[in-house]
Amino acid sequence: MSEHQIEQWRKHVQRRATLTNDDVAELEEHLRGQVDDLIASGLTEDEAFLVAVKRMGSVDELSREFAIEHSERLWKQLVLTADDPGESRARGRDLWLAICLGVGAALSLRAGLAWLDEDVFVRLVSVLVLPWVVAYFAWKRDVSARTVVSVAAGYAAVAALLVAYPFHDEQSDTLLLAVIHTPILLWLLMGVVYVGGDWRSGRRRMDFIRFTGEWAVYYFLLAAGGGLLLALAGATFNAVNIDAAVFLFEWVLPMGAAGAAVIAAWLVESKQNVIENIAPVLARVFSPLTVLLLVALLIAFAANPDVIDVERELLILMTVILVLVLALWLYAVSARPPQAPAGLADWLQVVLVVTAILVDLVVLIAMASRIAELGLTPNRAAALGLNILLLVNLAVSAWLGLAFVRGRRPVAALERWQTDYLPVYAAWAAVVVVLWGPLFDWA
Amino acid sequence: MRIDKDLVAASATPLVLGILAEDASSYGYAILKRIRELSDGNMEWTDGMLYPLLHRLERLGQVKSTWQTSDQGRRRKHYALTEAGRQALADRQSQWAVVSETLDRIWHTRTQLPAIPQAVTP
Repeated sequence: MSEHQIEQWRKHVQRRATLTNDDVAELEEHLRGQVDDLIASGLTEDEAFLVAVKRMGSVDELSREFAIEHSERLWKQLVLTADDPGESRARGRDLWLAICLGVGAALSLRAGLAWLDEDVFVRLVSVLVLPWVVAYFAWKRDVSARTVVSVAAGYAAVAALLVAYPFHDEQSDTLLLAVIHTPILLWLLMGVVYVGGDWRSGRRRMDFIRFTGEWAVYYFLLAAGGGLLLALAGATFNAVNIDAAVFLFEWVLPMGAAGAAVIAAWLVESKQNVIENIAPVLARVFSPLTVLLLVALLIAFAANPDVIDVERELLILMTVILVLVLALWLYAVSARPPQAPAGLADWLQVVLVVTAILVDLVVLIAMASRIAELGLTPNRAAALGLNILLLVNLAVSAWLGLAFVRGRRPVAALERWQTDYLPVYAAWAAVVVVLWGPLFDWA
Repeated sequence: MRIDKDLVAASATPLVLGILAEDASSYGYAILKRIRELSDGNMEWTDGMLYPLLHRLERLGQVKSTWQTSDQGRRRKHYALTEAGRQALADRQSQWAVVSETLDRIWHTRTQLPAIPQAVTP
């Protein structure tokens, strides 16, 4: 058989980033089987090879189909193959777009700071910045006008509500809660644009979860670098007796923070294969450490049950811990190859979630009477609501995770549960933003 | 007769599951040969498209794969049905039964309709 031709075909197929060597080996085995059969039925070697390749289908279509099935691979290798001629031009254009939108975000935040009342500005920070990230993805994904209009309408509605609401003063808890929950709501709304309008697809939602983790890591890195630079600049100006504090902290800092939101999104989009999915790596490193922390908490509670009563804000802290556990779990699950059998790391994740649920239940039960006694403040009600939402998510996750490590269910069931649950958080954030003020009398 | 593309796509999963249910395990090329054989060559597939489908079934836990060595000494990926796969196949079968029964009924009554007046007249 013409080894040379098959060799060439394999090289051609191997260039596709979405096909692993195992996939290529599988396809090659198919091709050889087909060629052998065709030769046996009377074709010459060349004819047989041509027919077999034709039947295999176009490599473009095939790699696209593989990409849809293995979106976790696509995620790692979104950057097109190097021999694609349009690639470097497209990336250059992409960079310029990101820079322009980043500048736009910086300017609109700065303009808001200059022209809006401080009270109004605080409410609108995320509304001033996030639309620029939305614009970036609207362009990148080429989303339909209908999707853009609906998301924009959502943003406008949130902004209008925030401005119109008569919160008591700048320090009121309901205002603070609305300000904290607005970016969460708007971020998840942005997800609709990120997935190109295809928000019903669970796999695309998983991509958005991955994106969120990577974005947070990149943003943190940019913030750390920017912070260092600011400190150096401040110290240097100080040394030559120029007071640059106003310029640095009222201009450079807010504008940099806003622009970095867009730049971080661009970095995740275009450099994914450089820092290969750092969020899952962090998740793997910190999962065992978090298990230790939770066990230590359990022991502390058991040794001295009275401590639970003392600290009123324990509920908020516990909720933050649950968010952390959920994040660790999500990024560990989202990065594991879906076909790999359950291993030690998966068991560890289940242990992590189960201990988190235990600790949270201990706190909830211990605080139940206390909450009834003290009454529900806006803060406590928000923390309690989120705590329960997370607890439900984690309990079902633990159950599905246990079924998975025991080989009863595929890991896909777990992924589906997480992606199906995503809108619940958006709904919750919307409830807090929209209803908390009126419910708690703008306190 | 050429079968419509959408129909081929819709029947792909139950076909593959059904073929895997015939044997302990099978591999891509053999599955495709079997489909050609069963449909008398009427169901035309682009060969390569079978593999993303198999990988999807594997992700959903309906099939399990192992690498084996063929008689010619080549590495070959074998697929076998799991318990979940058997369940999925049973589900698909009952769904398809309903579809084909419904179609049967409507086509049956339509061919019968003109026959009714003839039965009444004499």
